[in-house]
Amino acid sequence: MPAFTDLLFFAFAGLTLLFGFLCVANPLSRNPVTSAMFLVLTIVSMAGLFVLLHAFFLAAVQILVYAGAVMVLFLFVIMLLDLGEEERRKLNRVALVSGSAAVIGLAVVLGRALLAAKPMAKAGAVAADGDTGALGRILFQSYLLPFEILSILLLVAMVGVILLSKKESR
Amino acid sequence: MQAGLNHYLIVSGLLFCLGLLGVIARRNLLVVYMGLELMLNAANLAFVAFSRFNDNLNGQVMVFFVITVAAAEVAVGLALIVALYRKRQTAHVEDLTSLKL
Repeated sequence: MPAFTDLLFFAFAGLTLLFGFLCVANPLSRNPVTSAMFLVLTIVSMAGLFVLLHAFFLAAVQILVYAGAVMVLFLFVIMLLDLGEEERRKLNRVALVSGSAAVIGLAVVLGRALLAAKPMAKAGAVAADGDTGALGRILFQSYLLPFEILSILLLVAMVGVILLSKKESR
Repeated sequence: MQAGLNHYLIVSGLLFCLGLLGVIARRNLLVVYMGLELMLNAANLAFVAFSRFNDNLNGQVMVFFVITVAAAEVAVGLALIVALYRKRQTAHVEDLTSLKL
């Protein structure tokens, strides 16, 4: 009989893939708001997978930053642009064939790489726990310089966004 | 059956393919962007899985950085889309063909 966490894994993995599919290729709706809502659900179920992998801090950050901040930004822009249903236009046959070939090819490459890989050791009882304390210690000891560079990057992004969305005054 | 590293990597790979499908198949600029987010998330899942099964926290720090950079990228990208929409009144990828010969 499979353990309870394995059942949870299959539930969360199935939900993640299902919602991800509904986000990019919903057969019922072409509305970008629907896609955004399914992306939120994908991200929340992925946070469940993170918890199963003992990455507790990242699960919280995933929900706060992605499902909270990023998706609100998406919905805000959809509202600002007043986008309706995506228009249906005639599909470009060449693009369709090459696109599906690219996706299937990538899936085959990834699958073959997985099959060829040697099986790794199982997660031990003392595997790394990603709680806030452990992650903060490693972040501020080994990764202090990248962390500071990242804060500069955020500042630059903020200045850039303000400059981009400012009305041109002439 | 026990959920091992391979299971997580399969989920991650499938999710990446779904994101790529969204980028290629959808015509709305914002939905294309959501496909990009999906691909970033798939990579994050692989990072966390490797970090867990190698007993090593560096992968999780990497994911933390990826999430931060993705947030900055989304902000800049959406500002670009809004600026583009102001100029061209469209968010449909097939209408943006100025680079076409």
